[in-house]
Amino acid sequence: MKTRVLSLTGAAVAAFLGASAQAETLSIATVNNGDMIRMQKLADHFTKAHPDITLNWVTLEENVLRQRVTTDIATKGGQYDILTIGTYEVPIWTKQKWLMPLDKLGAGYDADDLLPSIRNGLTAGGTLYAAPFYGESSMVMYRKDLFEKAGLTMPEAPSWAFVADAARKLTDKSKEVYGICLRGKAGWGENMAFISAMANSYGARWFDMAWKPQFNTDPWKQTLTTYLGLMKDAGPPGASSNGFNENLALFQTGKCAMWIDATVAASFVSNPAQSKVADKVGYALAPDNGLGKRANWLWAWNLAIPASSKKGDAAQSFIAWATSKEYLELVAKEEGWANVPPGTRSSLYANPDYQKAAPFADLTLKSIQAADPLKPTVQEVPYTGVQFVAIPEFQGIGTGVGQAFSAALAGQVSADQALQNAQALATREMTKAGYIK
Amino acid sequence: MARAATNRRKLVLTLLAWTVGIAMFFPILWTALTSFKTEAEAIASPPSFLAFHWTLENYAEVQARSDYFLHFMNSVVISLGSTLAGLLVAVPAAWSMAFVPGRRTRDVLMWMLSTKMLPPVGVLIPIYLLFRDSGLLDSRIGLIIVLTLINLPIIVWMLFTYFREIPGEILEAARMDGAGLREEILFVLLPMAVPGIASTLLLNVILAWNEAFWTLNLSASQSAPLTAFIASYSSPEGLFYAKLSAASTMAVAPILILGWFSQKQLVRGLTFGAVK
Repeated sequence: MKTRVLSLTGAAVAAFLGASAQAETLSIATVNNGDMIRMQKLADHFTKAHPDITLNWVTLEENVLRQRVTTDIATKGGQYDILTIGTYEVPIWTKQKWLMPLDKLGAGYDADDLLPSIRNGLTAGGTLYAAPFYGESSMVMYRKDLFEKAGLTMPEAPSWAFVADAARKLTDKSKEVYGICLRGKAGWGENMAFISAMANSYGARWFDMAWKPQFNTDPWKQTLTTYLGLMKDAGPPGASSNGFNENLALFQTGKCAMWIDATVAASFVSNPAQSKVADKVGYALAPDNGLGKRANWLWAWNLAIPASSKKGDAAQSFIAWATSKEYLELVAKEEGWANVPPGTRSSLYANPDYQKAAPFADLTLKSIQAADPLKPTVQEVPYTGVQFVAIPEFQGIGTGVGQAFSAALAGQVSADQALQNAQALATREMTKAGYIK
Repeated sequence: MARAATNRRKLVLTLLAWTVGIAMFFPILWTALTSFKTEAEAIASPPSFLAFHWTLENYAEVQARSDYFLHFMNSVVISLGSTLAGLLVAVPAAWSMAFVPGRRTRDVLMWMLSTKMLPPVGVLIPIYLLFRDSGLLDSRIGLIIVLTLINLPIIVWMLFTYFREIPGEILEAARMDGAGLREEILFVLLPMAVPGIASTLLLNVILAWNEAFWTLNLSASQSAPLTAFIASYSSPEGLFYAKLSAASTMAVAPILILGWFSQKQLVRGLTFGAVK
């Protein structure tokens, strides 16, 4: 009897310990945007299928999140098991060996279905180090009614010359309608995302093959003078403090005839609950200058696991679920096809239901395919990244250059002076960092 | 003639005070109003002041998405905990500086204040490593320690200023009557300094409640206070101003109510030295 009680107690303790050992809590750091919030709402489907895993969410604003997770991963703090990081961080962190290879996503994951331009930025040595949750490029959003009234027709693939001409013709400052709204707020992810992509279409590059900054070259001068001239003649007042949200508000309230920005904006401007012009919006590819490169960027929010995580297997099973084809179908079933996270899988763009629900789907795909992070501009470059340079020093340099260009937009310095300031700053920082010998 | 001039002066000063008061309160009022608008109305141009479709949908959404009570309790525990811990250290420190000053007391006071001049991000990595190694990351106790240390110079300075206004002879008399150091501080000094201590306590609770750098960087899911709650509603890509306003209103409301009810105490304490 005594033996039986002892053995039963032992079995119960073993079962309890076993259960405790199996139950795992994953801490997930993520950004506050519609797609991520939707994922949180739908995560019950994952935990029901994996009762041994519980999820803790930490949602933060993008810049706060970047600082928070960078501190944590650089110090091996171990606060998070899954991180939401951008295409800028992935190659740098992979090189530092901070990320765990995603080699246990399961047989049914179908990594070949991921869009090649997105996948390329997340792969090193043939192994995926982060899985894309949603991807975006940039494109032109324009007011069909204003174009029609002015007798203009927007081509699917416009040139800068057409865009500039149309912007000036469509501007009616007395009615507070501006031909074009573009980012002007200083920051590597703010005005420099747009201006770098625009510079690519003019054949400019951040650095030559010897890592020497190139702001003293003609393509950069053409880029900046075109941008400043366009904004002076056809842009809204106070544009030097406008970022994505400010331009979104202007466009949604009917004050912009054109807006070139992230493809994700299409879902906002076409939503009648938010936008006064929802039924009047047309879409076109980002402009080019006849040099074979368009002014569109490439960005994805991705899920990755810190190399130091002790919950790698559970974390990989969550990432496999959240970035799978089945997840896209789940979102479609629960919230409709228009709310499916875009820009990651080829199969989504082949789906007729999605094409019907998202009229901007085709252009989003073409925009993403047109951007190549390995060959972002006309000339050869030593870096990867379309609207950024994937080196740790870029955040500081990019923001410094962004401040110089924003000052030029505010009229504080001339275009030439801004370019000289940018060249001096970038040269100083790149020399200090050891790129320039 | 003189009375007319005085009245005019009073009127101007009153108008000026009201203008400054309204200008300071307006952003909070605007945030509260925006929290009752739809997202489309929140960005409407020209904006509507009161004539809009009032809705509680933002509050419902925030409530559904976040665990407000957990963040609120974390804020209460961290701000009260750090202030009380700070007072525990600062009362004896300020006593010694006010009543038995040494040759270097003023230097020590200045040095303490100078620690507030260091940008916090400069010590983020060392503090983060210390927290990591001692298992204090994402813990209330860790945040209480760091906020205590951050606000300690202010607490010491405030208490020092109040204590100096109390005549040393009273403490001396207590000592002559046989009071020990503990009795002197607890039963003689502290009751006399209640207004000063109360305002120090209130001001530091407010400072700790609003502290956003350390609370955001050292917390994750378990100890995150209301500052992290607000940060989770800010978005650079997407106009969620109405939801952000609802979250902000919910985060500042408790401290606003506390400030409103204790304003007499706060003003009395802050002008304690000046009145004397």
